[in-house]
Amino acid sequence: MKLVADGLTLVRGTRTLQSGLSFSVDRGTALLVTGANGVGKSTLLRAIAGLFPASAGRVRLDGAADPDAIAEAAHYFGHLNAVKSGMTVEENTRFWCGYLGGKAQNVLAALETFGLLPLRDIPAGYLSAGQKRRLGLARLLVAERPVWLLDEPATSLDVASQAVVANVVNRHLAAGGIVLAATHVPLGLSPATELALKAAA
Amino acid sequence: MNAFRQLLKRDVMLTFREGGAVGTALGFYVMVITLLPLGIGPDLNLLARIAPGLLWVALMLAALLSLGRLFETDLEDGSLDVLATAGLPLEAVAAVKCLAHWLGTAVPLVIMAPVLGLLLNLPLDAYLPLVMSMLVGTPAVSFVGGIGAALTLKARRGGMLIALLMLPLFVPTLIFGIETVAGAVVDSGAFWPSFLILSAISLASIVLAPLAIAAALRLQVQ
Repeated sequence: MKLVADGLTLVRGTRTLQSGLSFSVDRGTALLVTGANGVGKSTLLRAIAGLFPASAGRVRLDGAADPDAIAEAAHYFGHLNAVKSGMTVEENTRFWCGYLGGKAQNVLAALETFGLLPLRDIPAGYLSAGQKRRLGLARLLVAERPVWLLDEPATSLDVASQAVVANVVNRHLAAGGIVLAATHVPLGLSPATELALKAAA
Repeated sequence: MNAFRQLLKRDVMLTFREGGAVGTALGFYVMVITLLPLGIGPDLNLLARIAPGLLWVALMLAALLSLGRLFETDLEDGSLDVLATAGLPLEAVAAVKCLAHWLGTAVPLVIMAPVLGLLLNLPLDAYLPLVMSMLVGTPAVSFVGGIGAALTLKARRGGMLIALLMLPLFVPTLIFGIETVAGAVVDSGAFWPSFLILSAISLASIVLAPLAIAAALRLQVQ
């Protein structure tokens, strides 16, 4: 399996963020998307997830049943955690598990991995920013998807939790997954290549 | 199908748990209908004649109040991004969210309506047609209102904008909803024609509105 972007052009309004962007990510490797603020890292991930229409070029997942249906094979994890404050920690994870078609036994294991098991009955609204981020990340583990699109996954996490995230992502890579991460900090992923975005002329 | 059920369960649960939306809508409905007889005066015949219209208009406005939040919370916490990329087609997501609004907000309002009918001296034989017309007509309010909610998603305080945008589309529902009740009071044979047209309007909205909502949401999540 291989994620291939071919001549991707991203335009927001009248501003061209990136033009003719091409890259490929093999299974078992991570691509770290770096670059200055506003250069189009998030937009690139949203374009791959199918949330943002690229003006030109295409992204395909070679080796998948339907190479164009990347959204169905991907977890999109953006700036926001997709956590409902009115639901408990466990309810949040159970909902995404059911909605994304994961196995019910993954829920507690995912909470355990991110150290949220003791907080499972607490409404998510009471969690701190870092705990909410971890609850958001738990969604990655409840349903299996080969491609992970992570936008600043380590935001507001403490050092120990950052290590957990690196561990989880590395395990996903070792199992043959594909990871694209927009980031400003070294996440400790391996094997990883870097795609440094520059502002389009 | 499981994703459909999970999302519906979550949305209905959140409506009741967060309480604000249903509470505001019910409170608004009770307030308007309580105040109207005080403003109009104690003419029982007049009240009985205008009761179906008042109950329908107030119900529609009360439902509109809560429509603004339909997609807003999901946009704010990022759930909409995930809903739009995985699981169900966006059209189905839109349909579930409107259905949840109907179950969580419109149905409680409909249950409230006969109670408020007492305050307006609604004729006895109008109660059944009233509840039936509202049960059948309110899906059109939730689904068509959803189009407005999706279009005004990123406009801050878009609630009033939804009402303005969607007003023309609500008119047929309102006319046939009121006609169903009013007709039944005068002559029991006049119930069915309006009732059937009202059902047709609702069915058409349930099918067509999700397509429009999904198209609007695709623009909004960019």
